[in-house]
Amino acid sequence: MTLDERSAPMPLSEPETGEGGIVRLPPRAARKPSPRPRTSLPEAAPVFPFSAIVGQDEMKRALLIAAVDPSVGGVLALGDRGTGKSTAIRALAALLPPMKAVAGCPYSCDPAGSASACPHCAAGSPRHGRLVPIPVVDLPLGATEDRVVGALDLERALTAGIKAFEPGLLARANRGFLYIDEVNLLEDHLVDLLLDVAASGVNTVEREGLSLRHPARFVLVGSGNPEEGELRPQLLDRFGLAVEVTTPTDIPTRIEVVRRRDAFERDPGGFAAAQAGAEKALRRRITAARARLAEVTVPDASLEAAARLCLALGTDGLRGELTLIRAARALAALEGEESVGLAQIRGVAPSALRHRLRRNPLDEAGSTARVARAVAEVLA
Amino acid sequence: MSPPPEPEAGRAAWDRALRVATLLSADPHGCGGVRLRARPGPVRDAWLAALSAARASGRPVRRMPAGIADDRLLGGLDLPATLAAGRPVLQRGLLAEADGGLVIVPMAERLDGATAARLAACLDTGRVSVARDGLAARLPARIGLILLDEGDEDEAPPAALLERLAFRLDLDGVSLRDIVPDAAPRDANPARPAGTQSRSAAVTSHRPGHTTTWIESLCLTACAFGVASLRAPILALRIARLAAALDGESEPGEAHAVEAAELVLAPRATRLPEPQAGPADQPEPASADAPADRDGDGDRPIDDVVLAAVRAAIPPGLLALLAAGRVRSAKTGKSGAAAALARSGRPVGSRPGDPRRARLDLMATLRAAAPWQRLRMPREAGRIAIRTDDLRITRYRQRSESTTIFAVDASGSSAIERLAEAKGAVEALLAESYARRDRVALIAFRGAGADIVLPPTRSLVRAKRGLAGLPGGGGTPLAAGLDAALALALAIRRGGGSPLVVLLTDGRANVGRSGEPGRARAGEEALAAARAFREEGLAALLVDTASRPQEAARRLAEAMAARYLPLPQANAASLGAAVRAAAPAA
Repeated sequence: MTLDERSAPMPLSEPETGEGGIVRLPPRAARKPSPRPRTSLPEAAPVFPFSAIVGQDEMKRALLIAAVDPSVGGVLALGDRGTGKSTAIRALAALLPPMKAVAGCPYSCDPAGSASACPHCAAGSPRHGRLVPIPVVDLPLGATEDRVVGALDLERALTAGIKAFEPGLLARANRGFLYIDEVNLLEDHLVDLLLDVAASGVNTVEREGLSLRHPARFVLVGSGNPEEGELRPQLLDRFGLAVEVTTPTDIPTRIEVVRRRDAFERDPGGFAAAQAGAEKALRRRITAARARLAEVTVPDASLEAAARLCLALGTDGLRGELTLIRAARALAALEGEESVGLAQIRGVAPSALRHRLRRNPLDEAGSTARVARAVAEVLA
Repeated sequence: MSPPPEPEAGRAAWDRALRVATLLSADPHGCGGVRLRARPGPVRDAWLAALSAARASGRPVRRMPAGIADDRLLGGLDLPATLAAGRPVLQRGLLAEADGGLVIVPMAERLDGATAARLAACLDTGRVSVARDGLAARLPARIGLILLDEGDEDEAPPAALLERLAFRLDLDGVSLRDIVPDAAPRDANPARPAGTQSRSAAVTSHRPGHTTTWIESLCLTACAFGVASLRAPILALRIARLAAALDGESEPGEAHAVEAAELVLAPRATRLPEPQAGPADQPEPASADAPADRDGDGDRPIDDVVLAAVRAAIPPGLLALLAAGRVRSAKTGKSGAAAALARSGRPVGSRPGDPRRARLDLMATLRAAAPWQRLRMPREAGRIAIRTDDLRITRYRQRSESTTIFAVDASGSSAIERLAEAKGAVEALLAESYARRDRVALIAFRGAGADIVLPPTRSLVRAKRGLAGLPGGGGTPLAAGLDAALALALAIRRGGGSPLVVLLTDGRANVGRSGEPGRARAGEEALAAARAFREEGLAALLVDTASRPQEAARRLAEAMAARYLPLPQANAASLGAAVRAAAPAA
């Protein structure tokens, strides 16, 4: 567990591939008309390695689950300041194994998928697959709608008179992660827009004389401090998993956090190199879990346990139950199990359910305690 | 604020301030910055001047105007250049322009959460991401911040930002006399605060110690003083390393660790360590007399040295508060600061929209239209072609208004005259808030349940009508009254307001939630309901209306985290004054 990345030397020149998979666009003048330049694998960018994060097991587990099964539906990390929320999410970018995507497709389409999904692939250009990093796109604070949704490519419109669409952040996040730091400070109109796209997996653009749709399936990852303001309930519900992050209170853990941070700040490259083995092992575990995911079975007993748990907690709708099962299956895959047992359901229940409880003014216990109580009673 | 206690204290504070200036100039981004609490005046100016003098290396220093817009802070479209070039041209924002240097933020106590978050992101990543106006760029912005804080005692810059700054200085105790430069030149490690001077002179860096030891002692010290965030020991260690580097040493020594603890950890203390137990589980023979005994420190454990130094370095005002147990470790934030779509208030940016339903933002509209001008080829020269797509409307944020919710115990036990006094206080407050645009609501609980007698209103007429019809007598359904007040307060907060709950009761509940009488059960339910206020962090004030202060009411206030005010002789005027004192800073 760590903090900010303040002292890590930053690559300042463009084009850059910072923070693992986040691909930056080069200056416009240097860019060829359509294909999005990419580097094949994340460079050894000095981000704090995921495997070196001390503690915060629930947050790390939720992120790994989302990496194994994106259909879990996003991760929300809320909690104390200075607990390494942003660090963990940015570290994830460097950890993720690469994926296959159509070369030159700005939406990173899957070569094995349908060709009609996006405007680029539908145009009939050859669809060669190549390995690219899974995109982890940062939504910067103060981003405007046109950069999020995409807009008319001004440069090409002005110089060549071509009406071309310049994809935005949603296009870049397709098949990857969209990260919103300080999610509770996001502008309302952007929240509405993101909710709509996250729900449908499609970005519909109707602006500046453009009319098109492109795939935008991404895992929404948000982090924030509840003291900065409450999240709108609709947005809360959109996240599959919600984790609570607290400052560790035991001294040895705290010392270890400071020690690792110090070691990283003094020699980012060396620190990352020392962790390379652990990172590789974790990456392999994700890849293996993904391959195994479809084969993990969910016995009736586990389905029933999940249903009883949701009933006992009175969660709204079926979304909670579905997320609970999916997350438990991804966890089983990560742990190398062949079927989902009560242990996995118990493990993911707090993350999958705590943000779906109705506020109960009569119960002064926090939602985490309520889930824990229900788990103890129902899954005894 | 407080008068300068003694000349040495002022001089010591000034020396410390100069040392901070040196450290900050050496590595602005690594330090994060400083929160400088001081009234504008010659002392503050002298400190800023000292900073410029120390910063001979030509680092940029930029001043951020209050209420800066995103296009100037982060960067945006350069309007004239875009018009001239016929393609979008990026203008760097203030943060990128200050790369490698310092940004001065005046009136930081008024900084809103959104701007604070942008600054915090910049401190974290050392760069600024622009994704605006059809432009995308990531620019280096390794800045340090100087937050000029002129706030009163209950005002402070956003906690998210404070947390990332290494230093906190208070120059209010420093007088002009203290800042006259010494005849003797200051060395790189200037004189320490008076209390620790002798010790510091004795133990310079000839007890090297391993850096790991300093990490441990800084962590332990942070815990002992109730500093929860892990950023604090990380920053302290960074400062210790920086101080060592300035002294030309590769590893920090004891003097550096002690200084870092004094500068970084001491101002963040939320409690004093237990004198006997010492920090955590370390066996400490000399712990009990640590603060007093400064002579035999040659053999004392390192943790003690750091601990004693921090104790000595805690600002006197804070020390008094700590001793009284008055510092809350976590200040509840102003949630719901962002109000719904408003047409008045402070502009916070623009978005595409219909100017018939909101106010047109002319500059943003021109900026949106600018890149297209060549393409649109206006028929007449000198005229700008604007289309519907370009139109931008201004978004506003309203100052969140405060609503005082009176929850009045109208039962028989609370005596009818109390009710009359409460009515009088509500009316008096209402008249006052009419001028301040605050709102008032009234909940009465009696008999079997609670009623909202007066929904949040500013209307004098409605308030008077509602009050006139307020009945009294019957049992005390305290839990029901608290539930109703909580629900209303939360609804107000969701709507972007700041609620304050004023509960007038004697604390003697005798009707449960179900409406059935029973003193024990009703009391338990009331305490449970009260704890919900604490959990939600709602501002509350409990006025004990009994003729003699009641233990039950006091316990209730404690459960609510409310201010307790026994008011045997409550009258409208004193009640109004108490409410004004308890109101959350809006």
